[in-house]
Amino acid sequence: MEKINNSSFETKDIEKKSLPSWVFSWESFLLATTVLVFFINCLASPYFLDPWSLSDATFNFSEKAIIALPLALVIIVRDIDISVASIIALSSTAMGFTAEVTDSLFLICSAGMIVGTLCGALNGLLITRLNIPAIVVTIGTMSLFRGITYILLGDQALKNYPESFSFFGQGYVAPFIGFEFASFLVIAVLFYILLQKTNFGRRTYAIGNNPTAAYYSGINVAKHKLIIFIMVGFFCSIAAIMLTSRLGSTRPTIALGWELNIITMVVLGGVSILGGSGTIVGVVIAVFLMGLVNSGLGLINVPGIVMSIIIGAMLICVIALPGVFQRLRNKVGN
Amino acid sequence: MSEVTPIFSLLNISKHFPGVKALDKVQLDLYPGEVTALVGENGAGKSTLVKVMTGIYQPTEGELYLDGKPVNIATPEDAHHNGITAIHQETVLFDELSVMENIFAGHYLQLPSGRLDWKQMEQETIRILSEIEAPLAPKKLLKELSIGQRHMVAIARALSFDARVVILDEPTAALSHREIEEFYAIVYRLQKKGCAILFISHKFDEIYSIADRFTVFRDGCYIGEGKIAEVEEKELVSMMVGRSIDTAFPKTEVDIGDCIIEVKDFCHPTEFDAINFKLHQGEILGFYGLVGAGRTEVMQSLFGVSNNASGQIIVNNKELAIKSPSDAIKAGIVYVPEERQAQGTVLEFPIYQNISLPQLDKLNPKGFLNTATEYSLADKYAKRLKVKAPNWNEKVENLSGGNQQKVVIGKWLATEPKIIILDEPTKGIDIGSKAAVHEFMSELTEQGLAVIMVSSELPEIMGMADRIIVMREGLMVNEFERAQFSAEQLVSAATGMTGELQ
Repeated sequence: MEKINNSSFETKDIEKKSLPSWVFSWESFLLATTVLVFFINCLASPYFLDPWSLSDATFNFSEKAIIALPLALVIIVRDIDISVASIIALSSTAMGFTAEVTDSLFLICSAGMIVGTLCGALNGLLITRLNIPAIVVTIGTMSLFRGITYILLGDQALKNYPESFSFFGQGYVAPFIGFEFASFLVIAVLFYILLQKTNFGRRTYAIGNNPTAAYYSGINVAKHKLIIFIMVGFFCSIAAIMLTSRLGSTRPTIALGWELNIITMVVLGGVSILGGSGTIVGVVIAVFLMGLVNSGLGLINVPGIVMSIIIGAMLICVIALPGVFQRLRNKVGN
Repeated sequence: MSEVTPIFSLLNISKHFPGVKALDKVQLDLYPGEVTALVGENGAGKSTLVKVMTGIYQPTEGELYLDGKPVNIATPEDAHHNGITAIHQETVLFDELSVMENIFAGHYLQLPSGRLDWKQMEQETIRILSEIEAPLAPKKLLKELSIGQRHMVAIARALSFDARVVILDEPTAALSHREIEEFYAIVYRLQKKGCAILFISHKFDEIYSIADRFTVFRDGCYIGEGKIAEVEEKELVSMMVGRSIDTAFPKTEVDIGDCIIEVKDFCHPTEFDAINFKLHQGEILGFYGLVGAGRTEVMQSLFGVSNNASGQIIVNNKELAIKSPSDAIKAGIVYVPEERQAQGTVLEFPIYQNISLPQLDKLNPKGFLNTATEYSLADKYAKRLKVKAPNWNEKVENLSGGNQQKVVIGKWLATEPKIIILDEPTKGIDIGSKAAVHEFMSELTEQGLAVIMVSSELPEIMGMADRIIVMREGLMVNEFERAQFSAEQLVSAATGMTGELQ
């Protein structure tokens, strides 16, 4: 008897529920907004649809977006990392000094990646071994890493990069498809698989929803968080390679203030700041949305300060909406 | 006897939570100068009712009447204004403040200038304390007081509000024998002042010594009420459980096998000391004691949750170092925690993901999720435990407490453990699920598992265990074989009255 009941319920439920829950999901709302902004942009500026201008726009968000992906995991496990922009700076500095002594791309990039990964590991170790809240640790390391770059660089800029280094930030892998944008897409697919399709992803959500129960279920919560912070550090160094290559130099102010942009992408993407929920698909759509808004406003010559006002207002509106949404969904459910 | 009108009555009160009817059209009357005992098993809805009375929950339906007039209690503040106060098992007071400050917190007396009138408050404190004959210094800090004395402060605080309805929610659970006597005296004085008192307790001797009336709830429903003097304990019990108590425990006789785990000199710097026991295949070992006796701490250390305990744990003749739950799980030891929602389940996850969580690596050795394998594992165990849900995709938060507990047990059975530790396995779950859990424990022992059961419910532990270890203040004080079980001896060992009795 029970067997029959169970299986029949199952199929019925999926048929009945899948449509409305998909329609009202955060991701589809974001997607609709993105499409809307896309059309507004088309109307606002005749240059918007130009392939080169679209392609250019991707360079402005790809580096940040690459960091937003691992940062989504950090926020899902109820932590935060605001030292990301400073990790870029320190990692870029390491590359700059390496470029002073060698022309080897391998050595230059490795130096950046090692430093970035170590920065992430330091954050992770302080948080998991000493049990200091992530916000406190990363506020500290944000100043620490940035401070070190100021001391090492003073007011000089390191720009002894070899010619070939410029590919990472300026090269194209196909017509109109920059290396940066292509990398972002590949990394996004990898993170989608990691978070939604692997044991690691499931544990990430388990920790985010109930760290105690996750620990009681035999999950090594500290190690898991450490790995996530190391990933953030590593992908900061990837972003650092691209940014440094695009700018052609390292200055102590490199990527200053990026952390808030990156966190905005994650939160806008529907990752709950309280942890436990959010998807990579959402983050990717949010990245495109922010990219479109930025490039649209840029094309109609909106000044930078007004742009940040608009982004801020958009974030607040969009974050206020889930509550409204939830009510709508409940109504439909009933 | 003239019929007095109740000060406070509740009529047709229901409270629904997602998936659970915590209260279903219950009623309750409280009379001036009388103590009404609210009787029911864990999960009968008593605490929910208290929360409705004190404004913490809003009832889904039903009316509340104060002095015969309908009243709306939307917030805890409303409850205070209407003279309704609750005193809980663990009173919520401020450790770092003085007795006087605790009594007047939130309604300080002020001088016309707006400054606090400490003198007046001190006098009032002395007056109130002398009224209940509680000799406490007004300026003493709360953290220096015993639990019994804290209760007195809580009651004094209630009186400072001119409380007319006083709810005592298992107030004696953590009190010593002498403190209980003092407590009765205070309750008697409240009664003489004309307060209506709701008394919630599991202990029948207490109910019979101080209550005038009783009301019985079962599984969130109103069962009946009457005068204590006119009811026998047996009737009360059968109203509570809905059946005679002897049939409640489906214990099967199992041959006890080899020693499977031995714990030697298990010590913890603050929580427990010198714990030694052996556990055999097919055996149910009970741990009885008062709340705070250190039982949960022993079990959590055994499971590796806190790893500052020292001592030897020998499983199948091999000494093991258990530093984390994952070590314990590998050794075949699993733990069903008392705090089901906080520690046992990921409420937001569907049933099948909860069941597969501890063994994802075993199920998916390559690291990629395979929903079909997970689902079939969940199907096997959720069916075996008769979890009631439309399908295993249902989120655990939508299940009733009993079914949530079944999911937790299922999760651990799926790891095929050798030893299962159940910490208060039936706390707060409905009778049906309770029986299912008990039946299941028997089934497990038949299959050669060893079970450790921590329970504070005497009938349960006496009904199910083969052996009972009694703990008090972090120490093992006594051990009883099944043949020697007697409620009196267990209780006196747990409360430390052994010496006085003999």
